[in-house]
Amino acid sequence: MSSSDSHAATRPLLLEELEPLATGAWILGAGGGGDPYHAYLNMRELYADGVSVSLVDPLSLADDAAVAVVSSMGAPLVGEERLKDPVMAALAVQQMEQHLGRRFDAVMSVEIGGSNAFQPLMVAAVMGLPVVDADTMGRAYPEAQHSSFAIGDLQPYPLTLADVRENAVVVSRVASWKWMERISRKVCTEVGSVAATCKAPRTGAEVKQWAILHTVTQAIRLGDTVHDARRRKADAVAAVVQHTGGVLLFSGKVVDVARRTTEGFLRGTAKVDGLDEHRGQEFRVDFQNEFTVGWVDEEVRVSVPDIICILDATTGEAIGTEALRYGQRVKVVALPAPAIQTTPKGLEHVGPRAFGYDFDFRSLFGDGA
Amino acid sequence: MRRIGIDVGGTNTDAVLVENEHVLASVKTPTTHDVTGGVRECLRLLVEEELRGVVGRVDGVMIGTTHFTNAVVQRRDLQEVAAIRVGLPSGRSLPPFVDWPKDLARLVKGRVFMVRGGHEYDGRPLVDFDAAAVRRAAREIRDSGIRSVAVTAVFSPLTPECEHAVAEIMLDEMPDVVLTLSHDLGRIGLLERENVALLNAALIDLARRTTRAFSEAVGESSVEAPLYLTQNDGTVMRAELAEAFPVYSFSSGPTNSMRGAAFLSGLADAMVVDVGGTTTDIGHLKSGFPREANRTVEIGGVRTLFRMPDLLSVGLGGGTIVDSDAGAVGPVSVGHRLTSEALVFGGAQLTATDIAVAAGVAEIGDASGVREVDAATVAWAMARFREIVEESVDRMKADSRPLPLLAVGGGAFLVPERVPGISEVLHVSHAAVANAVGAAIAQVSGEVDQVFSGMSRGDAVARAEALARERAVEAGADASSVDVVDVEDLPLAYLPGDARRVRVRVVGEAGPPKA
Repeated sequence: MSSSDSHAATRPLLLEELEPLATGAWILGAGGGGDPYHAYLNMRELYADGVSVSLVDPLSLADDAAVAVVSSMGAPLVGEERLKDPVMAALAVQQMEQHLGRRFDAVMSVEIGGSNAFQPLMVAAVMGLPVVDADTMGRAYPEAQHSSFAIGDLQPYPLTLADVRENAVVVSRVASWKWMERISRKVCTEVGSVAATCKAPRTGAEVKQWAILHTVTQAIRLGDTVHDARRRKADAVAAVVQHTGGVLLFSGKVVDVARRTTEGFLRGTAKVDGLDEHRGQEFRVDFQNEFTVGWVDEEVRVSVPDIICILDATTGEAIGTEALRYGQRVKVVALPAPAIQTTPKGLEHVGPRAFGYDFDFRSLFGDGA
Repeated sequence: MRRIGIDVGGTNTDAVLVENEHVLASVKTPTTHDVTGGVRECLRLLVEEELRGVVGRVDGVMIGTTHFTNAVVQRRDLQEVAAIRVGLPSGRSLPPFVDWPKDLARLVKGRVFMVRGGHEYDGRPLVDFDAAAVRRAAREIRDSGIRSVAVTAVFSPLTPECEHAVAEIMLDEMPDVVLTLSHDLGRIGLLERENVALLNAALIDLARRTTRAFSEAVGESSVEAPLYLTQNDGTVMRAELAEAFPVYSFSSGPTNSMRGAAFLSGLADAMVVDVGGTTTDIGHLKSGFPREANRTVEIGGVRTLFRMPDLLSVGLGGGTIVDSDAGAVGPVSVGHRLTSEALVFGGAQLTATDIAVAAGVAEIGDASGVREVDAATVAWAMARFREIVEESVDRMKADSRPLPLLAVGGGAFLVPERVPGISEVLHVSHAAVANAVGAAIAQVSGEVDQVFSGMSRGDAVARAEALARERAVEAGADASSVDVVDVEDLPLAYLPGDARRVRVRVVGEAGPPKA
C-alpha cells in the first residue's frame, strides 16, 4: 500500500470519510475483526449531533506524548446483540488514566482491520482527544502478541478492561504478551465475551518507531476506491488491487466452508472453485478468525503476514470468515504485509509458523514487501 | 391433498384448485382496491363457473399477498409504533429506529423506551430487569394513544424471558395493546431483529383488517376450509396466527412463483427465472424451497435479518426499454403500459418484447410494428438479454452441477434456450398462475435459530429440532408429517462451553384445525 504523502499534522476527520473507512477497514480485516457497521453507525450518530474528531499524523507527536491504544475485545456474535457504545469504549481509557494518574494526549487503534478501526474514534468523540493515524497491525489479527508493539518487545502492561456494567479490571503486570492475551481473554469471557480495553500506554516516540503509520488514511482511501469504482460501475476488486499494489489470486465460487472452534478461535477451511481464468482450479484457504494461508491446487500460494481478503466479486465488499457460505461468488486478493511483519522478528510473531504451519513465509511481493 | 391457492398480486388475483399433482381449475380476475373483492370474485368464479357449484372437500385455502410489502415500500397504511428495548446499560448509543430512512421513521416512529435488562449469550442476566421502568413506559404508551408496541431484548432469541416480562406488564396496564416480540420473528442481531419487530408492529392493523376480510370472503363462499396465509419461505401459517406476523409474508409472491413453477414441472432442484414486465427475479430452489438469504435484507430501506428467500432482482422484463442509440437495455420499463406503448401494440417505444417478436422468439401483438427495427439492433439486444440472464443465473446458482432452469412469467420468452451451467431450459404450463399454485401447495414450517452451550453438538441439534417441530405444529402442521429440511450449525469463536449456533427448519403438511 502506498503511504505517506505529505500529511497535515492534525486535520478534522470528515463525516464523508466514515463510510469509506468502514468499507476499507472491513477489507483490511482479512476476514476477521468484525463488521464495522455498528461502530460506523455510532460515529454517524455522533457527527449528526455535532460531535467530530480529528486525525493527527503520528510523525508530529511529541516524543513524550501519552497515547492510549484501544480495542474492543470479544466474540463478534456477542457484539451483534451487545452493541458498540462510545461511552463504554471511553471507560477503559478513563480507567487507565486513573490508574496511571495522568491524562492521555491522543488515542489509537490496536488494529485497523474490522470494527476496531472505529474504536479510537468513539473514544476520541467522548474524551475530546485526537486520533492517531496509525495502528499496530495494519489489518486484523486475533491476539495481542501479533501487534507491532509486541514485535518491538515493548512492555505489554498495564491493561484496563471495562464492561458496560461498570466492572473494570486493571491487569497491572504480566510476564509476556502471551500472558496478557490469556489473562485479559479470561476476564473478557467472564463479562460476557465483549469488553472495551485500553492496552499498555505508549509514548509518542514508541508510536513513531513501532506503530504502523497512516493506516487510518489508507483505509479511508481504500474504501474511497471501492465506492468510486461502484459509482463508475467499474470492477471494484480490480480497483482494490490496483490501489493497494495487491495481487488478484483467484476468482470463483465458494463450494465448501468447514468451521470449528478450538482454543477460542473460529478455525476452519473454505474452498473456492475457479471461474473465468481460474476455471478448473481450486483455491483453499484456512482461517483462524482471519485468513491465514491460501493454496491453489494444493500448493501454498499466500500466507500470513500478507493480507488475504475474500471480496464479493461484484461489489468488492469484504466477506468475513463467519459470513462465508456456499455459492458466494468471490475474488481472493492478497495485499502486502506491513514491512515490520516481514522482518525475521516480525515473522516470529505473525509468520506462518506462529499460526502453527510448518513452512516459511514467502512474500508475494518480493523481499520485505 | 385438495386445496385452493389464491395469489393477490398488484394487478391480478388468481385462484387455482389443486388436487395432488394436478391443477383442476384456475381463474384470474383483476385485483380490487379493497383487495378482498378480487378474492371473493375469484372464489365465486372458481366454484360457480369452473366447478359448476360442486366444490367437494377442500383441505385448505392458502392466500399469498404482496399487500404488506407494498405498504412499506409505498409508505402507506402504516401505523405509529412504540418501541421498548430491554438491554441497558448496553446499546444506549444506538436507539430503536437509528438506521431507518427518515421518511419511513417519520410515519412509524412513536415513543421510544430503553430500559435495563436483557441477557448474556449463556443465559445469565445482563443486569436486573427494570420492571418499574417498563411499567412507567407502559403507562406513557397507554396515555399517548399508540396501540402497537415492538419489544426487543438483548439475546432474546436465546432467552425470551425479558420480552415476556414486558408483555405481561404491557397487557396489565393496557389490555388492548398489540405486541410484537422480537424473538418470535428475528435472529441474533439486535438492530436487525428490532427493525423486523418495528416493521411488523407498523403493519399490525393492516394485517388484521386484511386477514379478517380474507376470512370473511372465504366464509361467504361455499368453500369450507381453514384459511392459511403464505410466508416468505414457501410455507403457510394459519390465518389467526399469521395476522400477527405480516413481515413473514413480505417475499411470499416471488417465493410462491418459484415453488409453483417447480411443482408444475415436477422438479425440486432447479434455477427459476421469473420474467415480469419490469424486473426478472432469479432464485435457486433446493428440495422444492428457495434457498434462504443468510444476510441482511433491506425492505423499504430498512436493514432486516430474518427468514427471507435469497433472490436476485434485475431490471429486465417484457416492458424494458431498449435504447439502441445509447447502447442500453433498461432498467426503465414501460410497465403496464406495454399494450399501448410497445411497437407491436402500435406504440412508439422499442421494448424487450418488440425485440423478441422481431427475433422470432415471441408472437405478441402485431409483428408488422417491428418491421423497421434493423437486424443489427435485434442481434445486439438479444445478446444483451442473454448476458443479463446468464450472469444472474450464475450468481445465484449455489451448486456446481448442471441444473435445469425453469422460465416463468409473462416475459419468459426473453430467457435463452441454452445457458451455461444449465442442463435444460424448461417453460412451464399454467405458468400464468404459478403464484397461486405455489400458494396451494405450501406446507407449514417451524424454525429455530439459537445458541446452545454446555452440551454436545448432537444434543444441541436434537434440542433445536424438537423446538422447531413444536413451532411447526403450533403454526398448523400435522405433527406426524413434519420433516427436517435444513440443519446448520456454527461453532462460536471466543465463547466457552462448546457454544454453537444451531439453525433447524422443519416442514409438514397443513393439518386439520385443532379442536
